[in-house]
Amino acid sequence: MAEWNPIADMEALRREIDRAFAEFGPAGAHSQTAFLPGRGPRRYPLVNLHEDHDRLYIEALAPGVDPGSLNLTVVRNQLTISGEKRRVNGDVRSEAFHRSERASGKFVRAIELPVEVNENGVAAEYKNGVLVVSLPKAEKAKPKEISVKVS
Amino acid sequence: MAEKTVASRPRQQPAPTTEETRSRERYLAPPVDIYETQDGLVVMADLPGVAKDGIDVRVENGLLTLHGRASHASLGEPIYREFELVNFFRQFELSDKVDQGKISAELKHGVLTLHLPKAEEAKPRKVEVKVA
Repeated sequence: MAEWNPIADMEALRREIDRAFAEFGPAGAHSQTAFLPGRGPRRYPLVNLHEDHDRLYIEALAPGVDPGSLNLTVVRNQLTISGEKRRVNGDVRSEAFHRSERASGKFVRAIELPVEVNENGVAAEYKNGVLVVSLPKAEKAKPKEISVKVS
Repeated sequence: MAEKTVASRPRQQPAPTTEETRSRERYLAPPVDIYETQDGLVVMADLPGVAKDGIDVRVENGLLTLHGRASHASLGEPIYREFELVNFFRQFELSDKVDQGKISAELKHGVLTLHLPKAEEAKPRKVEVKVA
């Protein structure tokens, strides 16, 4: 006969609940609180995705990027953001740094969109270090209302 | 006799609960770069989502305080999130060698740049050697 161990049972239940919730919600396992320096091959820039009836909105957290270096391409349902973040303007010797916490360098990120978009109407705005890309949904991807006829 | 030798312990105050003097907001210390030039120090801080009127930089008693309030209105309904725009707060103690009256700041593309000039007496000086 197996020994009844309530502590182990509770622990197993807790793990199961954690696993169920890890995949859900806006604050999932991949949620980041803010911009942090890059460490190794991590996703940059971090993005938020919003939508309304006609458009998708991508917000990318990219402070200090030269707007001239930003490059956006849209193919079907994939958006690619690339650009370069320079650490400082001009030439600063590395031994002049007292602290170096900010990330810098070139980046590229491809984002798969949940629906197809119309490539022609894409607009982007870079403000206060946040890039907002507005993408119109393709006609066939928009939700349609079907009226029911009463015969 | 015994009672006098035992130090009476002061009555324990109830443990302080969570601090309620500040509003419940989330703050983050922004990442900074600090480098030195001939004329002074340059501090660069990443403050994404902070507009010019949401930023507060002050120097008081040799303490430099950066305070940024993120203001960014999103359009539409959120469907996927990787980051949250939070407020920023960070403090630095300044050395006496910084001329505190001449600090200047600029905000561009979400990056705050502070110029902290060195005080005149802290600048390197060349001493002329006279030949007698």
